[in-house]
Amino acid sequence: MPVLAVEDLHVSVGGTPVLRGVTLSLAPGRVHALMGPNGSGKSTLAFTLAGGPGYAVTGGRVSLDGEDLLALAPFERARKGLFLAFQYPPEIEGVSLREFLRLACAERGQGFCEFQKSYPQAVSRLRMEAFDGRELNVGFSGGEKKRAELLQLYLLKPKVALLDEPDSGVDVDALRLIAGAIRDLAAGGAAVLIITHYPRILDHVPPSDVFVLDGGRIVERGGPELAQRIGEEGFEAVRG
Amino acid sequence: MTAQGTPRTLTREFVEGLSVEKGEPPWMRAHRERCFAVFEKAPLPRFGPSLAELDFSDLAYYARPVDPVTRWEDLPDEIRRTFQALRLPEAEQKALAGLGAQVDSEVVYRSLLDEVRAQGVIFASMDQAVRDYPWIQDYFMKAIPPEDNKFAALHGAVWSGGTFIWVPPGVEVAIPLQAYYRMQTEAVGQFEHTLIVAEPGSSVHYIEGCSAPRFARSALHSGMVEIFAKEGARVRFTTVQNWSKNVYNLNNKRALAHAEAAVDWVSGSLGSRVTMLYPTTVLLGPGARTENLAFTFAQDGMWLDSGGRALHRAPDTTSRLVSRSVVQGSGKSVFRGTVHVSSLAKGSKAHVECSTLLLTPDAKTETIPILNAETDDVELGHEATVGRVSEEKLFYLMSRGLSQAQAMSLIVNGFVSPILKEIPLEYAIELKGILEMSFERAIG
Repeated sequence: MPVLAVEDLHVSVGGTPVLRGVTLSLAPGRVHALMGPNGSGKSTLAFTLAGGPGYAVTGGRVSLDGEDLLALAPFERARKGLFLAFQYPPEIEGVSLREFLRLACAERGQGFCEFQKSYPQAVSRLRMEAFDGRELNVGFSGGEKKRAELLQLYLLKPKVALLDEPDSGVDVDALRLIAGAIRDLAAGGAAVLIITHYPRILDHVPPSDVFVLDGGRIVERGGPELAQRIGEEGFEAVRG
Repeated sequence: MTAQGTPRTLTREFVEGLSVEKGEPPWMRAHRERCFAVFEKAPLPRFGPSLAELDFSDLAYYARPVDPVTRWEDLPDEIRRTFQALRLPEAEQKALAGLGAQVDSEVVYRSLLDEVRAQGVIFASMDQAVRDYPWIQDYFMKAIPPEDNKFAALHGAVWSGGTFIWVPPGVEVAIPLQAYYRMQTEAVGQFEHTLIVAEPGSSVHYIEGCSAPRFARSALHSGMVEIFAKEGARVRFTTVQNWSKNVYNLNNKRALAHAEAAVDWVSGSLGSRVTMLYPTTVLLGPGARTENLAFTFAQDGMWLDSGGRALHRAPDTTSRLVSRSVVQGSGKSVFRGTVHVSSLAKGSKAHVECSTLLLTPDAKTETIPILNAETDDVELGHEATVGRVSEEKLFYLMSRGLSQAQAMSLIVNGFVSPILKEIPLEYAIELKGILEMSFERAIG
């Protein structure tokens, strides 16, 4: 039974159609990969699902646990268990990472005591001790921002995690940390969608399902062997 | 004179009568008369917000609705409840060395910790101090003469109430002294005078809070603050004003900082219909320094015109002026930051930084920095930014489960946090509360 089902989704950005009928579904406890060349519409799908401003749905349906996702405000989607890890998280000046997470966790129904326990655990899992007391994403390097996104993911325990290019700009050590955290998440029952144009991270987190997006449509779907093939032959190999 | 009803137009006879009624020494009576003469001739400010609706012939220039007491329980119920709601008795117990509370024209309550009194610190109502200490005439309106501007002259003619603080040489007052100003009568003018003399090597932190219930007719608050920080003295002056939207808040604040002295102005301006406030520090002695940290929240219909001035008159002096403004509805915030470095002030440093966050399409702002140096041996820095709350940041926070109001409040609080963290905790909490309430209203 999928937790998230996308059916024939059409989306325009600034009046230009970007997604032209995307259908896919995500199952709990599984890692999925959405691959595709630059400009294929991968991030558009992620932002549309999270309710980003400027993404106009012109057709299709999305359900989260059977409920109409598109009818919900972005924060309601988050409260129902959807999480989008940004490729480029913005810097929020004057807001401490910890304070922000405490507030966000409270909205996900976690009490203060629970947070006091889970926060240090998550921080040490992602080796982010040095970030304690810092402002949210302010002055973080690209790799540090990615880890901070994973920290949020870890604490907010979403049902569906959309990860937009979680490996771009990170070094090998950070990649291992991030991959490990993603595996934990799926093992804990979350449906994970890794969005990437480069299969490197998939060597560390083998996906069960792979979707290839090109020109706003899913042009290919398959298992781990599909990611392997793209890694060896490039997207040309799967273009229709 | 002591009755509530007083003449609503200002005359020389009224000014003289006020001095007689207060039992003032002749020098103060002469001073009031001189100020009144200057006031009559002086023009309104030629810059900033319109003061056309401020009616000088419809103000109570003196109002005394309450008799002074030394115990909270002796105040009339209404006033006592107001001060309780403002949590003044609580703050007095927990965090203050001394407290004065003024209603309209007169100080009605005053306290000072015994140990601070034993240090030789004077913390008195300004009226009492003028009667008790003749030497005050060497300071009173010597930093800001009546010729400076029309409201300085008006203040000098009709001032009443306020605080006098004298800190003996080398004495450090460890915890803050505070005054609270309340305007309680409709269409009243409040003209308290605050004078702080910090002798060499001393230090003191003074906090003033202000509020008023809303009336239909305009009220005027025109206080004056003069600070004399002698060699190596440190004075921090914190103001948090939440005047109601019928109040014209036109103040004069100036400090003279002698060698190695440090004067800090910290202010949170959340209320009033019109505010004009530019705390000024004259850096008179080598090594003197000043900081001016200001937070303004201009809400619908308000014009907050503020900033600060640093006048470098001696070598190796430093100034830092940092402002954060948030503007909502049809509010307007104007920042005027002036730095003047004279030819004597070699090796000085000045930094002016002003950032504004506009919350609504109608919100308006202007930044007017004036940086002048008569020497090349100086470091001047200036930064100004104006922005709106970024949609991307809002979405990011909402995608973590925060409502729009929560996300907005987090971003705005983060924006003002460099100033907010300098404001004493009780006030910072109040400021945050006011910000949050206004977002909930705005977003619905």
